[in-house]
Amino acid sequence: MASEADFRTRLQDWLPRLVLAPSFAVTLVFVYGFILFTIVLSFTGSKMLPKFTWVGFENYEKLFALPAWNTAIINIAIFASLYIVICTGIGLMLAIFLDQKIRGEGMLRPIYLYPMALSFIVTGTAWKWFLDPGIGLQQVMRNAGWESFTFTWIKDADFALYTIVLAAVWQTSGFVMAMFLAGLRGIDNEILKAAQIDGASNWQLYRRIVIPLLRPAFLSAFVILSHLAIKSYDLVIALTGGGPGRATEMPATFMYSYTFTRNQMGIGASSAVIMLMTIAAIMVPYLYAELKEKKE
Amino acid sequence: MKVLSITALLLATASPALCDPTVEVMHFWTSGGEAAALGAVRDKVVAEGVTWTDAPVAGGGGDQAKTALQARIASGNPPAAMLMLGQTITDWAAEGLLGNVDALAEAQGWDAALPQAVKDFTRVDGHWVSVPTNVHRTDMIWASKAAFDKIGAAYPTTWEELNALAPKFAEAGIIPLAHGGQAWQEAYMFEAVALGVGGADFYRKALIELDDATLRGPDMVAVFDQMAALRGMVDPNFPGRDWNLASAMVINGEAAMQIMGDWAKGEFTNAGKVPGDDYACIPVPKAKGDGFVYLVNSLSLFTQTDPDLIEGQEVLASAIMDKDVQVAFNLAKGAIPARTDIDLSAMDSCAQSTSAALAANDAGGTAVPTFAGTHAANAAVVGAATDAITAFFNSDMTAAEGATALADAIAAAQ
Repeated sequence: MASEADFRTRLQDWLPRLVLAPSFAVTLVFVYGFILFTIVLSFTGSKMLPKFTWVGFENYEKLFALPAWNTAIINIAIFASLYIVICTGIGLMLAIFLDQKIRGEGMLRPIYLYPMALSFIVTGTAWKWFLDPGIGLQQVMRNAGWESFTFTWIKDADFALYTIVLAAVWQTSGFVMAMFLAGLRGIDNEILKAAQIDGASNWQLYRRIVIPLLRPAFLSAFVILSHLAIKSYDLVIALTGGGPGRATEMPATFMYSYTFTRNQMGIGASSAVIMLMTIAAIMVPYLYAELKEKKE
Repeated sequence: MKVLSITALLLATASPALCDPTVEVMHFWTSGGEAAALGAVRDKVVAEGVTWTDAPVAGGGGDQAKTALQARIASGNPPAAMLMLGQTITDWAAEGLLGNVDALAEAQGWDAALPQAVKDFTRVDGHWVSVPTNVHRTDMIWASKAAFDKIGAAYPTTWEELNALAPKFAEAGIIPLAHGGQAWQEAYMFEAVALGVGGADFYRKALIELDDATLRGPDMVAVFDQMAALRGMVDPNFPGRDWNLASAMVINGEAAMQIMGDWAKGEFTNAGKVPGDDYACIPVPKAKGDGFVYLVNSLSLFTQTDPDLIEGQEVLASAIMDKDVQVAFNLAKGAIPARTDIDLSAMDSCAQSTSAALAANDAGGTAVPTFAGTHAANAAVVGAATDAITAFFNSDMTAAEGATALADAIAAAQ
């Protein structure tokens, strides 16, 4: 009897570790292992297949001399900042409006949330048709009698990037709304009531109390949106295919084409490393500051 | 005992499979006509008693298939045969991964049956590593007869004529040039213009030898001048359009011409159009002598050790080179057979004239390999050049700026 009980305690002790071990091992190899592998590859002269001939920083020098990479960097900077700011703004606004104890919230919430259920490929294709001047919005407006209506952003090298922002914001802002809504629901009503008694206006209430209290929700939104922005690949491929010309090339599309279709695996790997370092450079200080504050 | 009997059972069931010749073919021929074409090869292979394993990877240009192939190679499990283009074949051969069918080729006299253009991309260092199914011509114009009849013009034979036609079509409410604004399509258009304006010697020097002075020279500026003229002939809605939608614009008379490889013929055939009566297939105008840009499709053979798989490869190779299969394949694919010793009376007038043009240009030394299809240069160079070409076509850069951008991109990729 005693040994059986002993066995059970030991099993209970080991069970969490046993259950976690496979996923831990898989993550270790397929995420961190391959990050290391990519970093190693970025210092090699790999072309079509991985080769371990060391070339030092040559790939990085070549990478930053490429006009296509510079376009990709500028594009991601514009795209990510617009996407994160607009998504957060719209999400917060929707959440605050939905939080006014309105009727039909149960119905409205999923309506805003549903775009997130679509894959980026579906979103991209649907928006491609919608924005196409020949068959989409422009044509519909013209058929309806507004002959001079023009909306050709998706065909214009200077504006195509903003159509990607548009589609991405449409897809994700409902999700950001849900995160803020959860945050709003977590705020203690007593605090709000106390402020109201003190004579705070609605504007003051939100600016001074609610929004500062939503800080964790802002953090989650920022973390999720920034990684979605940097890895944006499928939406670009479906919506513009990187065009017109190469006007909407992103680091992720650049990395794929150099690694897999142009036999420049070394340069592709170095661009992947730069992407990783960019994410780390944004996220690490942010997370560090946030977590440190929590401890104190 | 039990273990032993299970092992015996496994061996018993496994052994019949072991003496079955098998061939696994990896390809990206997934559209209707392409699949039907490959079906002609498959039927022949299956009739020889070989098991055919189909491994299609969808994606027109083969980029996805290439990624899938890299993964299979990395895991040590190459397919028996893989559809590959141009220098990709030489690259894999240089990796030492391709086998060959030299004995078979010797016995069947492939050397005499194939034009030099095809042999350049199927026989690497004297070994037949790849088996050609067909040849495409990429410098073609597909013209709508209805559109030309409407303005009462003849098909253009010079660039001046072609450029003069554009305003007339525009006046008649017809888009002069149907074009799909995707980078690869602009690259194919560029190579057609490069050969058409600069001639075969210029093409070789600029796009095969990648000579920097030629890339920056006046001939290249003239090529970009013509590209700029073509840029003015497309409708504003062209960016991102698929090539077959551009073909459809010519088919329904909305546009007058499309510059595209002869795979476009499949679209016309599927729409029930007849060459001569409904549309014309004419070579892109040539300012300096004759010329022909060719693209060879072939299935490359990866080294195998299993005798069944080797036998499967040999059966596949001889099926592809079979004269009847070559005709049946190309009737469905819309290209011309790789063999030059075949009776083409079953094929349409486009295929017959393309085949005659290939023979003439091959003999005259003016047949040049496709640049966009990575025959003339490797994938890195073509990719970089394509970036520059598509940037030019989608902007208002001057011809001189275009030539400089192209030369810079090619220099950086080498």
